[in-house]
This record gives sequence, C-alpha cells and structure tokens, in this order.
Amino acid sequence: MSDSVRNTMYFAGVALLIIITGFVQSWNTALFILNFGLISAIMALGVNLQWGFAGLFNVGIMGFVALGGLATVLVSMPATPGAWQAGGASVIGALVLGAATVVAAVILMTKMKASKLRSFSVFGVLVVGFFVYRGLFDPAVGLIEEIDPAATGYLGGLGLPVLLAWPAGGLLAAAVAWLIGKTALGLRSDYLAIATLGISEIIIAVMKNEDWLGRGVKNVVGLPRPAPYEVNLQSNAAFIERANGLGFDAVTASTLWVKLIYAGLFTVVLVILFVMAQRALHSPWGRMMRAIRDNEFAAEAMGKNVTARHLQIFVLGSAVCGVAGAMMTTLDGQLTPGTYQPLRFTFLIWVMVIVGGSGNNLGSVLGGFLIWWLWVMVEPMGSVLMNFVTYGMADGYWLKDHLLESVAHMRLLTMGLVLLLVLRFSPRGLIPEK
Amino acid sequence: MIDFLNAFVALSNFVLIPAISYGAQLALGALGVTLIYGILRFSNFAHGDTMAFGAMCTILVTWLFQSWGISFGPLPTALLAMPFGILATMGLVLFTDRYVYKFYREQKAKPVILVIVSLGVMFILNGLVRFIIGPNDQRFSDGERFIISVREFKALTGLKEGLAFKTTQGITIVTAVIVVIALFLFLNRTRTGKSMRAYSDNEDLALLSGINPERVVMVTWLIVAALATIAGTLYGLDKSFKPFIFLQLLLPVFAAAIVGGLGSPLGAIAGGFTIAFSEVMITYAWKKVATYVVPESWAPDTLVQLLSTDYKFAVSFVILIIVLLFRPTGLFAGKSV
Amino acid sequence: MSEPFLIGDSMTGGYGNGPDILHDCTIAVNKGEIAVIVGPNGAGKSTGMKAVFGMLNLNKGSVRLDGEDITALSPQDRVVKGMGFVPQTSNIFTSMTVEENLEMGAFIRRDDYKDTMTQIYDLFPILKEKRYQAAGELSGGQRQQVAVGRALMTQPKVLMLDEPTAGVSPIVMDELFDRIIEVARTGIPILMVEQNARQALEIADKGYVLVQGANAFTGTGKELLADPEVRKSFLGG
Repeated sequence: MSDSVRNTMYFAGVALLIIITGFVQSWNTALFILNFGLISAIMALGVNLQWGFAGLFNVGIMGFVALGGLATVLVSMPATPGAWQAGGASVIGALVLGAATVVAAVILMTKMKASKLRSFSVFGVLVVGFFVYRGLFDPAVGLIEEIDPAATGYLGGLGLPVLLAWPAGGLLAAAVAWLIGKTALGLRSDYLAIATLGISEIIIAVMKNEDWLGRGVKNVVGLPRPAPYEVNLQSNAAFIERANGLGFDAVTASTLWVKLIYAGLFTVVLVILFVMAQRALHSPWGRMMRAIRDNEFAAEAMGKNVTARHLQIFVLGSAVCGVAGAMMTTLDGQLTPGTYQPLRFTFLIWVMVIVGGSGNNLGSVLGGFLIWWLWVMVEPMGSVLMNFVTYGMADGYWLKDHLLESVAHMRLLTMGLVLLLVLRFSPRGLIPEK
Repeated sequence: MIDFLNAFVALSNFVLIPAISYGAQLALGALGVTLIYGILRFSNFAHGDTMAFGAMCTILVTWLFQSWGISFGPLPTALLAMPFGILATMGLVLFTDRYVYKFYREQKAKPVILVIVSLGVMFILNGLVRFIIGPNDQRFSDGERFIISVREFKALTGLKEGLAFKTTQGITIVTAVIVVIALFLFLNRTRTGKSMRAYSDNEDLALLSGINPERVVMVTWLIVAALATIAGTLYGLDKSFKPFIFLQLLLPVFAAAIVGGLGSPLGAIAGGFTIAFSEVMITYAWKKVATYVVPESWAPDTLVQLLSTDYKFAVSFVILIIVLLFRPTGLFAGKSV
Repeated sequence: MSEPFLIGDSMTGGYGNGPDILHDCTIAVNKGEIAVIVGPNGAGKSTGMKAVFGMLNLNKGSVRLDGEDITALSPQDRVVKGMGFVPQTSNIFTSMTVEENLEMGAFIRRDDYKDTMTQIYDLFPILKEKRYQAAGELSGGQRQQVAVGRALMTQPKVLMLDEPTAGVSPIVMDELFDRIIEVARTGIPILMVEQNARQALEIADKGYVLVQGANAFTGTGKELLADPEVRKSFLGG
C-alpha cells in the first residue's frame, strides 16, 4: 500500500485507541491522553530534529522542558510586590557579575599562553569572582525569599498574557541550548549524552533550589491559563443549558470543554511546528544537515562548518521542547520542579521517536501519541492482567498481593521492552525516514 | 594544639571518612563502567541498575540467611550472601549480552546505538528490581554498627569532637582495596587479563594474535557483574538500598569514570575519589572546622558552605563537564574511541 | 621448477563485493629468501600481501603454504599455520610494555616461549633494554622492531611485512633493513611490501613490481635494479 494510506491507517489506529479508551474508561481520560499526547508529540518532534537531522543524542530534554515551564512563570505570573525593590537589582547584578567572572576566566584561558601564571590568574579570577558573587547574591536572595514565603517568596513574573509564555519558553530554552551547545557539541556521541543528562539535572536542581526564581519545591500554583476555569463554567447558565442539552452534567461538561479547548490550542501549535519541520526537512538546508549526519568527515572536507550546523539544530530542537514544556506547565496550571524526572521522561520521548520512526517528523508525532497512550494504559491493562493471573490465588496470599502491587512498576519495564524489541526487529520504526 | 586535633577529628568524621568510603563505592562502580567501555566500547547506562540488581539479589539471600539464623558475627550477614548475589548478576549480564548486545556487536553498530539499547536494558532492569523487591527502602545490615562510636572515641581521647567509624565504612574500604588489588593482579599478571588489555588496546591486532573475542567479552561481563554487585551491596549497607538511588548514582559513577579517563582502571579509581571528595568538600559546612583553626576574631558567622547539599549531584556534573571540555581523555588519558 | 614455499598464485579479487583490485597477480617466496613487492602508489602492493594473508576475497587463484592450500583459511587460522604478519599501522599494543607485546605475540602458543623471547631480544637488543617500557613511548623505528618481534614470537614459517619502513627516517630505515636481513638469516623466508623500492630491492632475492594490481616485472633484486624500464618508470632513472 502507498505510504500515505499506511500512515493514515496508523494515525487512525491511534485515534481509535484513544476513542476506545474514552468509551471503556472515561472521556476525561481520553482527552487527558490526547492533550498530553499532543505535548509529547511536539517534544518528540524536537528530539527528532536533533537526532534525525543531525544524529545528536540529547538525553537532557527534560531540562529544556523545565525551562519552558519556568518561562511560563516568568512571563505570566504577576510580579511579587516589593520583591524587585528588595533584592531584584542585586540578584541581577550578582548574576551579571558571575557571568562576567566566567567570561573573564575564559578570555584569560584563550588569550594567555599555557603557563603557571595563566593557571594562577584563571584560578584567582574564578575564586575572587565566586566570593564576590556570593557576597552580593546571598543577601539579595534572602531578602526576596522573606517576602511572604508561604504565598510568594520569589521575584514573580512580568504579568503578560499566558499564551506569550509558550514562545517565551522556546526562546529561553533556545538561549540555554545555545550556551550548552557552544560548549558541549564538540563531544562524541555518548559523552554528549552524559553531558546533556548532567546539564538537565543541574537545570532542574537549580529550579528546585533557587526559591527566589520559581519558588523551588514550594511550587508556583494558580498559573494563568488560556482556557476558562471549570468552576466559572459550572456557574454559567448558558453553558449549563448547552451541556444538559448534549446529555452531560455541568461538571463533566466543563472539564471536557476545557480539555477540548486546550486540545485545540495544542493542535494548532503542533501543526505549525510540524509544517515548519517538514519544510525544513525538504529544504536545501535540511538536505545538507542530513548529508552531514551521514558522513561528517566528507561534509567537513567539503567545507561545511559541521559544528555550527549542529549548534543550529541543537538550539532549534531544544526550543521546540521548551515550547512543549511551557504548554505542559500551562496545562498543569502549576510549576512543580519536583516532578521533572530527567531520565525517565527523556527516555520516554526517545522511545516515541524510535518507535514512531527516527528521522521522520510524522513518525515522531505518531510515536508521541502511541507511546503516550501506552504509557498511560499500561497500568490499567496491567491491573487487568494481574487480576487474571492471580485469579486462582487466595486473597492475602503474599504473591498475589505482591503481583497486584507491582503493576505500578510495569510501566518502565514495558517501555524498555518496547524499545529493545523495536530496535532489534524494526529499527527504522513505524514510519521510516524517506 | 587541642584545637587543631579537634579540627582534624571533625574533618575526619564529616569529610575524610565519608569521602573515602563514598569514593571507594564510586571507584568500584566506575571500574565496571570503564571496563565495559574499554572492551565492549560503549557507555553502559544500565550499569547503575546492574548494581541495583546485584544488591537486590544479595539482600534477598541475606534475608534468607537471617531467617535461617545464620550470621557472620560482628560483620554483616550480607557479606556471606554477596557471592550468591554475584553469581546471580553474572547470569543476568551474560543473558543480556547474549540476547541483546551481541546482535549489535556482530553488526558493528555505532556506539550510540549500543548506548540507546543500554537505556532500554536499564529501564527493564529498573522495573524488574522494583517489581521483585518493591520501591521502598530496604534494611538488611546487621552485625556491629560501629567499629568505634562517637562516645567511645570521646571517652578514649577526651576530645570535644567525636569520631564515628562505622563498620560498613570499614568494610567498604577493606573490600574495595582487596577487589582493586585482585583486579590489577588479574589484568597485569594473568594471560587472560593481559589478553583483555590487548583487546582493549588494539582490537584488530588482538584478533590477529589469536585472542578469542567472545571469551574476552564473557570474562569482562563476569568481572563487571562482580564489581557491580559488590559496589551496590556496599553502598546499600553503608547508606541505604532504594532502587531509585542507583539511577541517581549512575551519574557520579560515570563522572568518576570519565574524569579518570574512560578505559583506564587506574583512572576509574582516581576519578571515584576525586568526585567523592569534591562532592563532600564542596557541600560541607566548614564553619565547625574553621572555628577551631582560625583565631577567635576571625570566626565565621555563616556556615561557610560553598554549595548547599542540594547541589551535591550537580558537583559531579560540573566537574565532569569541566573535564570533558578541557581534558576529554581524562586524568589518565583513557580512550576516546 | 619446485614449488615455492609460499605462493599466492594468479590472485584475482578485491575487498568484500567490490571491484577486483588484483588481476592475476602472483607473488612467491622461497625458504631463506627475501621477496619484495614494490610498485607505484595504488598499485595494489599492500592489497597483494593482504590477499596472501587472507584479508581479501579471492575470486580466482589460490594461496599455498608449504604445499598446503590455505586459500579458504581466515587470517587467524593462517597465523596458526605459521604465517607471521606485521601490518603497516597500528601494529603494536601501545599501552602495554614491550615484553607484554611479545607475550601477546606468542598468545596462541601453549608451550614455553622463553627461548623464543631470548632469541628476539638477541635480534633486537634495544628491545631488551626497554622491555618494561610502554611500547607507545618508543620511537618509530623501535616500535617497528617491537611489531616485528611480536610477529616472530609464534616462530612463524614465513614472515610478511607491510611497509616496515613507512614514516621512518633514512638512518633508522637502514637499521631496520639490517635487522630484517638478520631475521632472514635465521632461515625464515620474508615477504615484504616496500615503498622505498631502491633500498628494498638491494636486499631482495626476489622482486615483484606490481602495477595496477597485476605483475609488471619480476626478477631478482639485482635484475630489477639494473632493468632500464623499471628504473625509468619509478626508480627515478
């Protein structure tokens, strides 16, 4: 059968899975899967940009997603009254100073010849800079965090409309990705993996600890959202009438409606990004990227600046993940740094890309939906399975209890199995690269 | 004078002993990673969970022994159970090699593919461990807790500061020393060990010399299984066993291996201690020690802590990244295949 | 004419499924001889030797050692049969000591190889001096000696060298050739590919000039050196 027919069938298949879930479990679950599936699809798209175009193995995706979430806070939350006056300027000053110290050290490293004097100077600059930075930074942070720590205790944001936060998330992620890429992209593939993983851990650690920035683990709740609040809908007479007319009670209808609005917004973003990615793929730039990926040495010999190209792709892919991160945080309505688990989520996105078809944008989107659906459904399906397996066992039997409890751990196991099976027997994925 | 002694004791108690102990655990883990990298030529992301698996098997056997009333006197029963844990882990790694990695090895797949595959193995192992033993903290240490406790120390010396030397810390250090010596003797004095080094050095020439690659691979996995089990068990005895911990440990372990130079066993050990000491020293609140050493008027008000303890893992990454940027082959100039 | 000790007879073939690089090429060496393969760049000299060693797919032709047909054997099996091969590059274990390199050379031997090692040290005295040093720290010429010594540890019936003097200074090259002659004197036939054609042919009992994968000129070293055609084409007149 032709490619488009087959692809349509794949997508129809996934849609069917989601619809069945709607009937079997609930429509809320189905829409939840759809929304997160959309977000995952975007993240998978971002990762595929890096892997499929340039062969970059980025295991630090979660860091960029987290940055997107942070951007949501920084853009859309109202500024905390008094926080800026108390310490805002000092904090910024301290950070600038810290950055200047690093820049100075780098300049010294590059301009001076290797010698004891250079080592001492660089070391000295770093040490002095560090202590000055701390001297300025710590008191400022203390002051900011003192302001009503229960509710705020942080700088707050710009109070802009939340939809602006999404591209802002992309920009923030892109900026950080540029810094990281500048330093780390020369590394070999598995070193790059470890380096990106480490950096994402650092980013998340910073977000968890620097309360003045995003309240750390105290979380920022009540983020503004682009969709109406369910409670408002539930007290809106016109809405209640429409809902009842369709056969839903107001509460369910409000939750469904809100989710649908998000789904609509997310789909728009996905379509925009997908179209852009496809056009990039088929452009001369895209062809060049893939030529570089396939034979780096030859490309370099031809004068292509491989590192610069890789940097471009790294920044773009990370920006896409940042946008997805912002969207995810908006959907959640809160920023909870504690829930970002780098390795697990990154791994999941990778399974999506590989199962869907690495190197193929449509494949990544498909993989996003499919694997996310599987991830959510493994638990209820596992429950069913375990109940079946333990059917004959007496209640209270330790094995039965143990098996029933262990369903929760089956998710990662299943994902690992899926990944290995696909890599072994169908490494090009469902929708292979053309 | 007394002040200096107190300072030194405090330093030993809060910095030196924990760092040496942690360094030994990291070194054992890093040795496994570096061996796989040198001989099988890929970064095995599943190593942390291999350690978890090994520790888990040891724990299960320990519980069995404990229920049978077997004990090891003042030493933890886990030491008796460890050989069984090692055997089980050997079986596991040989199984995964045969059914997972071998396929890609024969295809001469790019190293990055093997890394992705090892990610898959990692999650299966992770799920398996939690499936079998559950995700919670498991206690399995017994025997004497302290070689010398704080109270005993203070009574002995009359100093204000106390020193605690836990049995598990002592065991870690002793075991690590024994294992490292055994490993180095093996690699440098035996025919098989030398053939492994030759294979790691120059694969084609090794094959030409008649060295059997499958045998080298098998011996490597066996040694790695032993190292991982020992490292995991020691860490579990000393700190705690929670399957989740090993996911976190993976990164300092890798950092240690890379900093020391991937492929170099000596480097793995050096790297392990470097990372351990850095982590402990940078996040330690030096106020106490400083107060003893420095004249009254200079005594610090703040904790004098360079980075908060929340950033502990970040320390190893920063060191790793600095090393990767400025000296990617590591301290002992390992490979960069 | 008696059968040569080692002969790659009418070899035609290439790498993998690629095009043929060798065309009906014959290379042989007799006991106690030094045979040298020379030719312009890209002539297929190293390829010819690799074919004799079994690293190529031969579509036509055969390889016989001491009367036995070894065409179907893998390189490792040929080592067991008595072939010693010294690749051009990457021919020592740089991170291991000189002595360990020799030990690895003797890996397939199950008997006591101490005597052989003493012999090698006699042949290459500098190696004895540096026996505990890492092979990677030695100079280029010394490393080549380690490489040759390593190959000799199996007490091979024939020794094959792929451009042993590549990248080495002229003085060291002379010394290396001296060593090679010493080795030949112990009775081992030597088959050698060489870029430095003139010097190589001077010590050669037999010379093969290959051009584009086929035999162009064959004769004793002296004959080839005297041949005006050979001199014109690439000995520089």
